[in-house]
Amino acid sequence: MSALQILDWIALVPALPLLGAAITLLAGRRLGNARSARLATTLMFLAFGVSLVMFVAMLSLPASDRSQVSTLFTWMRVDQLSVDIGFLVDPLSITWALLVTGVGSLIHLYAIGYMRNDPLASRFFGFFNLFAASMLILVLANNFLFTFLGWEGVGLCSYLLIAFWHQRPGAAKAGKKAFIYNRVGDVGFLIAMFLMINEYGSVDYGIVNNSVVDGSGVATAIALLLFLGAMGKSAQMPLFPWLADAMEGPTPVSALMHAATMVTAGVFLIARAHPIFEASSSAMTVVMWVGAATALIAGTIAVFQPDLKRVLAYSTISQLGYMFLALGVGAYVAAIFMMLMHAFFKGCLFLGAGSVIHGDAENQDLRIMGGFRKFLPVTAIAMMISWLSIAGIPPFSGFWAKDGLLEAVFETHNYAPWIIGLLAAIITGIYMTRLIYLTFFGNERFRETPLPVVAGASDDAATDTHAVEAELGYDPDFEPTVAFGELPRAARLDGHDPHESPKIMLFPILVLAVLAAVAGFINLPISGWEFLSEWLAPVFKDVAEPAASSTTETLTLITISVVMAVTGITISYFIYRHGLAKADRDPMTARLGPAATVAGSGYYLDAGVSAAVDKPGRVTANFLDQQVDKKIIDGTVNGIGKLFIVAGNGLRHIQDGYIRRYALGITVGVASLLLFILAYAVR
Amino acid sequence: MPDFPILTAIVVTPIIGAALMTLIPARRPEITRIVALLFTVATLGLSIWLLWNFKVGDPDFQYVENYEWIPGLGARFILGVDGISIFMVVITALLMPIGLLASAHHVDHRVKAFFGWFLVLETAIMGIFLSLDLIGFFVFWEFMLVPMYFLIQGWGHDNRRYAATKFFLYTAVGSALMLACTLVLGFLHEASTGLLTFDFRILAAWGFGGLSITTETILFLGFMAAFAIKAPLFPFHTWLPDVHTEAPTAGSVVLAGVIIKMGAYGFIRFSFELFPRATVDLAPLLLITAVIGILYGSIVAAMQRDLKRLVAYSSVAHMGFVILGLASLTVIGLNGATFIMVSHPLTTGALFLIIGFIYERRHTRQIDELGGIWKPAPVLTALFIVAMFAGIGLPGFSGFVGEFLALAGTFISERPYAILAAVGVVLAAVYMLWAFQRVFTGKPTGENAKMTDATKREILLVAPLLVLSLFLGLYPKPVLERIEPTVRQKIAFLEQKTDYRQKRPHGFDSNRLGGESYKDLAKKALKEQR
Repeated sequence: MSALQILDWIALVPALPLLGAAITLLAGRRLGNARSARLATTLMFLAFGVSLVMFVAMLSLPASDRSQVSTLFTWMRVDQLSVDIGFLVDPLSITWALLVTGVGSLIHLYAIGYMRNDPLASRFFGFFNLFAASMLILVLANNFLFTFLGWEGVGLCSYLLIAFWHQRPGAAKAGKKAFIYNRVGDVGFLIAMFLMINEYGSVDYGIVNNSVVDGSGVATAIALLLFLGAMGKSAQMPLFPWLADAMEGPTPVSALMHAATMVTAGVFLIARAHPIFEASSSAMTVVMWVGAATALIAGTIAVFQPDLKRVLAYSTISQLGYMFLALGVGAYVAAIFMMLMHAFFKGCLFLGAGSVIHGDAENQDLRIMGGFRKFLPVTAIAMMISWLSIAGIPPFSGFWAKDGLLEAVFETHNYAPWIIGLLAAIITGIYMTRLIYLTFFGNERFRETPLPVVAGASDDAATDTHAVEAELGYDPDFEPTVAFGELPRAARLDGHDPHESPKIMLFPILVLAVLAAVAGFINLPISGWEFLSEWLAPVFKDVAEPAASSTTETLTLITISVVMAVTGITISYFIYRHGLAKADRDPMTARLGPAATVAGSGYYLDAGVSAAVDKPGRVTANFLDQQVDKKIIDGTVNGIGKLFIVAGNGLRHIQDGYIRRYALGITVGVASLLLFILAYAVR
Repeated sequence: MPDFPILTAIVVTPIIGAALMTLIPARRPEITRIVALLFTVATLGLSIWLLWNFKVGDPDFQYVENYEWIPGLGARFILGVDGISIFMVVITALLMPIGLLASAHHVDHRVKAFFGWFLVLETAIMGIFLSLDLIGFFVFWEFMLVPMYFLIQGWGHDNRRYAATKFFLYTAVGSALMLACTLVLGFLHEASTGLLTFDFRILAAWGFGGLSITTETILFLGFMAAFAIKAPLFPFHTWLPDVHTEAPTAGSVVLAGVIIKMGAYGFIRFSFELFPRATVDLAPLLLITAVIGILYGSIVAAMQRDLKRLVAYSSVAHMGFVILGLASLTVIGLNGATFIMVSHPLTTGALFLIIGFIYERRHTRQIDELGGIWKPAPVLTALFIVAMFAGIGLPGFSGFVGEFLALAGTFISERPYAILAAVGVVLAAVYMLWAFQRVFTGKPTGENAKMTDATKREILLVAPLLVLSLFLGLYPKPVLERIEPTVRQKIAFLEQKTDYRQKRPHGFDSNRLGGESYKDLAKKALKEQR
């Protein structure tokens, strides 16, 4: 088989996990949990294998041939609009396919351990496979509409997985929130497609990207509408509150969402549709500023979160902000490099967080952890590598990504966003160091009892539910995430020490930790080492590259980045190196007072949206239902009906029941006669 | 076999079953059930045969049958099928046996009457979708009320008398206006040409030969009154939730599946050809009511405490999308609207069936009395999840194809309405997921914890609808390629008769739409009469 023929088999990549989803969801109960989990994971690894084959096949082709369309069949054809179920194989889609299947497989493997005791694990793995398959369709599609199918599929799976433990009070709500926030963005995506159809008569990537007229209003409109979709999926300002609540889902879900699927979809969309964005400088400016603002603001929220997973969630939002910042200045490769490295270190951090939570009786509250490096040594080492990587310490991969990204921003003379990026880098150092020190170093606060207890969660309940949890694998009563401002909850270890996770969970963590350390070598700022740039070059060949900076300039910028990272880490180290003196008193929060409260509460965005939408929405809806619909509209209808009954009552005794028919007949006759006369009169 | 009167067979088969049923002794309900099932399945078989032999690419009526009926009135019995009615026939034929099987268990009194009326209802519906004579259409239209009235009245819930009467009277008011306008139309034609006829094709070709636009508008509004009430279009929708709440499950399935499609069907069947100028002039009015229906229906749906009422209001919103697509007056929009008419019965039918299953177990449909039933009934919940997302319009399911095309068509011709309507996409997620959260998630307590899961029979009833919705969502071609020639001809007709010109996307070639002229059609119709 020639390389081109091999690429024709690209449909296999999404088909394998799709098959897994179909089998585990339809026959999961017969298969059993263990076998379902193994099947789903095997199929993911197979899909990764196929993606690797595709990658090698593509490498063997000359750069000019590295964009192939493989069509399965026509999806919709009306008038002259024709949309295919088809795939576009090029370096961009292969990069994402490798990431989704590669990191996805590791997370699947990890989930085997994490979900071992869950009675509904087969369902979980079915959703997991479906999630990966949707994301693969999203990135491999050859037109916007088919991408949209994957896009909505991702939304559906995120809903199902976030709400997976739906018996927890917050889970179903968080799932719904994720889906609805995403749908708000999707309206943008939909209208963008309508505009494309109207302007270019197609939603095909090739046709649309080639038809865009530079500087046209249409380009700006389409770009901004697509960006609205991207903001929803990638949790950019102001559409981010759902991602923090999404932490209600099992931790492997968070890892999959943040590292391999879902949130990077927005980055992909802009990279894929970059000619539209390139055609509109105003749209690019918007992307850049939204990205920069999100990077900074989400970072400041992360600093004050008491919940291990929420820190990571806001961190993801902030890092995604970096990626959009890069996209906004046209540094697509830098954004994708960042996305890849982020997948490694954030995947590792989330899986590590899952390991901590797993070993600490489902506790996610940083304030009652501390000193865990003794009990979870492997997890600790892996997470610390990722910590240095995300903070931007050389030579870890995160450093190369973030430094390259900020350099690109600087080179395009966008100095204000560049400075914001540097500030966000300091903040990254602060919240990550806080997370690592509160978890693995300092005083062992989980031993200190009694702690202030949240009303309603008595110690009895805690031990009781713990037993149920051991049996079921989860605790139906327990609301795991801790929002800012909530008091720490009682430790629930019952005298046991936290424990390290099984090997099947540690292996993926370690693989990702190694990648978080060294994967940066795929794109070093040294000629001859820029594999990723060269690989992606055919995709972005139409993008003008900014003038390369001189060596001194590069070295200066690198020095500045490193100083920023070290500053953040140092600040945090001095505050948190001994842990917390009292679990309910965070020195950073205490020192910053009201500013901490505002930032910690996510700038009240979530509360604000609720206040603006929930109550008034419900009042309006209730008014429409009770007053307008029941009283005015239906009241009128019934009123007219009653009128007839009253009028008819006098005649009622003649022949009950039939009278209405006669009356009707007469009415009809009279009405038609009138109309007839009228019709002639006006002729 | 071109001479076999297949359409008459489809219309008549169910009522023959109903007639046979009167011969079965009342103490043998099981035979009644089997006979009813046999006759609905036979009708389904005939419909599938028709679909299989339907000529793709032909915009005209096929399998036309034309018999003399009431010579004095010029009324004939004319049946014919085209790319739009073919699917309404098939969907009706599909939903009937499913609805029947769903009620087979819990209908235990006056079984014979129930199934008899059910079969009569099928005949009436088929007659509506296949009639080409306006008088015949009206007769079936009115006739349909009778079985529906007795079904609700006899086997409904607590408030059934009120609902049945409301349904009957409300729709009868609309029909009265339609009849009046039908007669006027026929007489006007006679006055102008000397021929008294109600053959749709002849009247279409005549096209008001110089009558004033006012006349046309008045007659159009008369027809619209009947269609708007049946559709139901805002603000004529309040009978729908009441009737749904009281109707038995089978009644709801048919009501939501096909009866409310009749309004939109009547509109797409008649208005373009009979009232072209009025259709173009009044399209904005329809667009406005459609958008209001979508947004208002979705918002009010969110506040419903009864699951059936919720789905009923969601139907108001979905029918808004149909009307939107029709009133866009574009080939893409009309395709989308017709496609929703095919797809909506599948998803809403599934939802009503599942709600019926829940009701049989819990004897309530009140959202606050239910809760957490995902745990005791995982399979039932899985079915509901699929039906729910298919209804929300998730890509991959049929609902999306229809909504996307309807919105795209509207966007091309009347942009602001499409943008407003697109907001309905978010609202659909809000009301459905909120209801799902309250009914299915959380910890089940009391009776809810003891709920039993779906039985094999129930799964087999719902699954075909959902599988079909998924299939058509991924491969809508078999439906679209049959719809398109017909809707293309309708737009072409509009462009012939008025100065309306369909807006089309840039990049589409500007060739005028083809399509056989109605003059030829009318000639054909006249030849049939001789």
